[in-house]
Amino acid sequence: MSGWTDKRPMSPHTSIWKWHLTMASSILHRVTGVGNYLGIFIVVAWLFATAAGPDYYEPLSAVTGSIWGQLILFGFTLSVSYHLVNGLRHLFMDAGLGYNPKFASFTAGLGLVAAVVIAVAIWLLAGLVPGIDPLNMTGAA
Amino acid sequence: MSKESIRTPLGKVRGLGSAKHGAGHFITQRVSAIALLFLVPWFLISLIAAVRGGYDGALAWVADPINAVLILLAVGAALYHMRLGMQVVVEDYIAKNSTKTFLLIVNTFICVVLFVAAAYAVLKVAAI
Repeated sequence: MSGWTDKRPMSPHTSIWKWHLTMASSILHRVTGVGNYLGIFIVVAWLFATAAGPDYYEPLSAVTGSIWGQLILFGFTLSVSYHLVNGLRHLFMDAGLGYNPKFASFTAGLGLVAAVVIAVAIWLLAGLVPGIDPLNMTGAA
Repeated sequence: MSKESIRTPLGKVRGLGSAKHGAGHFITQRVSAIALLFLVPWFLISLIAAVRGGYDGALAWVADPINAVLILLAVGAALYHMRLGMQVVVEDYIAKNSTKTFLLIVNTFICVVLFVAAAYAVLKVAAI
């Protein structure tokens, strides 16, 4: 601490922090927020293509229907479901609830698990995974 | 202000500090979050069902008056919420003032352009 004269408190640098669940959930909340920012481009493009006609709609659905398109859409689903679940947790914390360290870690972990379960359940139940359609959503016999 | 203030002399001279916009940002971010808590699940489930019907299914889904209103609410609230969120990300990580200002303006432009595109699309299909 040779020439350091600034008396203001200094935040410990990320690299010397021990990773813990609440920290991971906070970082992931921001990461998925940015992910959703990118994902809504697809949603708006889809709405626009619907209005613009089949000449726009069909090429777009060819891209989103490809394996890479489907992977991106599943990632988007995962990103939205995590941000939604953890966002609900944030709202409770904004109301002053759930700050007990152990409970906060528990809800952080619960949010992670719930997000994956929700995203996987949506894809499986909606029949978006080829060959899996328990509720017969695609209308195939 | 006490003698033990942690504000730097330079900060005091420049009059830097709260811009008095923090509370408004905080509240609107949460209010849009509460709206999205309801709109996003509806949007996801409804959209997946609509996509199944191909182009005609998509067209019929957007053309339904209730769907059209809910789509615009969902997309509008999402774009509003993400503009606020991205603003914080930019403010946190970009220290250089000119770059920060530039990115904040780009952020606003992106959200407005996306909303106008979505609004045009929905109204074109639904308002016939």
